Amino acid sequence: MLRAILARIKQGHRTMPYPAAPLKMPERFRGYPVQASLCKSTALSFAAPGCPYGAFDTAGEGSLDLGKCLFCAGCQAGGVEFSNDFSLAATRRENLIVTPESVRCRVEPLSKELLKLFGRSLKFREVSAGGCNACEADINVLSTIGWDLGRFGIQFTASPRHADGLWITGPVTKNMHQALLATYEAIPSPKIVVACGACAINGGPFIDSPQVLNGTDAFLPVDLYIPGCPPHPATILDGLLRLLNKIG
Amino acid sequence: MRNRPLAIANGSAVPFGDIPQFETSIFLETILDATAHSWNVSAYFGMPDRDETTLLCVLTRHTEGVIWVVGAKTREASFPSIAAICPQVQLFEREIAEQCGLKFNRHPWFKPLRFHPSLVPGRDAWGRKSGEQPPVGVMDYFQVTGDEIHEVAVGPVHAGIIEPGHFRFQCHGEEVFHLEISLGYQHRGIESLLQGGPHPATLRQIEAIAGDTTTGHAVAYCMVMEALSGIRVPPRGEVLRGIALELERLANHAGDLGAIAGDVGYLPTSSFCGRIRGDFLNMTAALCGSRFGRGMLIPGGTRFDLTEGERDDLLARLAEARVDLAGAVNLLWDTPSVMGRLEGVGHVPLQTALELGLVGPAARASGIKRDIRNDFPYGIYRMTNIPVASAFHGDVCARTMIRWQEAQKSMDFVEEQLRQMPAGNHAAKEPCSVSEGKIAVAMTEGWRGEICHVAVTDASGKFSRYKVVDPSFHNWPGLAMALREQQISDFPLCNKSFNLSYCGFDL
Repeated sequence: MLRAILARIKQGHRTMPYPAAPLKMPERFRGYPVQASLCKSTALSFAAPGCPYGAFDTAGEGSLDLGKCLFCAGCQAGGVEFSNDFSLAATRRENLIVTPESVRCRVEPLSKELLKLFGRSLKFREVSAGGCNACEADINVLSTIGWDLGRFGIQFTASPRHADGLWITGPVTKNMHQALLATYEAIPSPKIVVACGACAINGGPFIDSPQVLNGTDAFLPVDLYIPGCPPHPATILDGLLRLLNKIG
Repeated sequence: MRNRPLAIANGSAVPFGDIPQFETSIFLETILDATAHSWNVSAYFGMPDRDETTLLCVLTRHTEGVIWVVGAKTREASFPSIAAICPQVQLFEREIAEQCGLKFNRHPWFKPLRFHPSLVPGRDAWGRKSGEQPPVGVMDYFQVTGDEIHEVAVGPVHAGIIEPGHFRFQCHGEEVFHLEISLGYQHRGIESLLQGGPHPATLRQIEAIAGDTTTGHAVAYCMVMEALSGIRVPPRGEVLRGIALELERLANHAGDLGAIAGDVGYLPTSSFCGRIRGDFLNMTAALCGSRFGRGMLIPGGTRFDLTEGERDDLLARLAEARVDLAGAVNLLWDTPSVMGRLEGVGHVPLQTALELGLVGPAARASGIKRDIRNDFPYGIYRMTNIPVASAFHGDVCARTMIRWQEAQKSMDFVEEQLRQMPAGNHAAKEPCSVSEGKIAVAMTEGWRGEICHVAVTDASGKFSRYKVVDPSFHNWPGLAMALREQQISDFPLCNKSFNLSYCGFDL
């Protein structure tokens, strides 16, 4: 017992001050693209190999679809630059498409009625539908003492009956389609849907595999898209806090 | 025709024509004879053609570090099963049946594995309709009958933020007589996607075979590509890969130690380790920008180099994490209520572990000294030795202690490598051109154990078959055996002590 107390003192208080204080990201972290870098010359130099996931559209001025982008650094050689900005989530699918002129649209807060219901307590049922355990792992990280998601009133629950929303990871495999829909049905209305990671948004690296359904968009109404492969915990938290109108 | 199996080195390629094609009886005898003499089946798969199927088996012997490849061809619709006398191939035979539509006669558990349509149109081992997705999880489960026997079904969706899978327990009161695990929910069709490659997307798909083993699988793929194109990785690249591999092991082992503590209700270690795991992930992010090592590797080396300042920063963070992790984990061994819950639970005897062909920490916890880094050294492990930790109890406690011992060795390794980084380039410059008509075998030691990739190229240098074997493929039956005669309430603890990958199995 004494040892446990001593260890507790040595480990110290480790919950990060974010969002009160800014968060330092690793230097090589690839976040929101530098819009100016998506210019015509980049499009030309990058046109030959192309983006294998169809994230970079070389037609016209060149645009990057954050919903398809794996932030894999493959196109950095072609001239696409990424900033350190981790705020990537969006409420509308089309807002994930970045062009040199596009106006940045971040997550819009929930409606007044939903904020009244979920603003102080929001519970999710997570379903991995073909997720590779990277998204899942970094969602779990949010519940550790470093991030302490609970301090914002957000939690992941075991039962869909206790949940206010469905949290989806993975490209939605054919073999998980039914279980995913059953879980959605089991959540009482009103409910929200979060597509977390490139797979859940559009199929990620498995886009167009005959065994996957290319994400959730085709059959569930998505309220929050969180890009990344996997999304950094900071990206997830930023999206959630904006959705609940806790930062903005 | 050669009458002896072909011995090849880890991470090398040979002409496909050199692989001996045996008659069925000799092929099966070779596998049976080898496995009876402590060889392991590292991969066993089929390459379906229009009217015949080529079967290839990769056998490995850890004591001498020898890899054998043997082949056989069949034009029949069925093939003899040896699963009843060689449990190591039980899942492999079902996998071949499902993929190639080859029926295995007298297989004791002949049922689908991942519930996808056969890859050969019109040929199905169970006579199902061509092209239709079979209903997942629908099969004959092994049943125990009798008074007071009841069945517990769990999944596919589980209580936590984890992947889906279905578990069937046959119980007598609280006691589990038998557990059957049925997976396939995560099947994304990876091997079909890899066929005809390498495609531009191939490496990203390999990285997502099992997201927590991104580097382990990526290294295996890069070794295959380097063997097929004759590229040599510069020493600095090998060192960076080794560091990334060990950081991946550290993050997962730290996370598992915390999760095991959490499952026995010991919160101090659970909460400390949850955070420390993140420290190791952040070190990987310092290397390449991704906490999971995405985009770190390229065939020929690594995409990113490490500056001196970054190296010093990593060393400082490693020293800090070492103190934190030691403080958190050592609490476990000093707490009788924790040890009481870990010891004697989920026991897998040495004999069972050998027969099932377990790999990684699960095998080492049951007393099998088996580690690819040591037995089939590759990359930087050819130059430096990581001691193999092993225990003999085979219970949850042994699997927990192994993780801590390995974590310490990994921290020593990373520190040593950071201090003596070789100068020079971190990646070879040559472009990749894959040679034709070859077979390449690459094995790495992921944090869960042996990862085996086998690539066969056709006459135009494309993958005519790319086989991936994740360590979880070997180890899921180990978890089922660990549950025998245990309390069903100990399932989460036993499960966590293995912490296997669903998607790595499902591919």
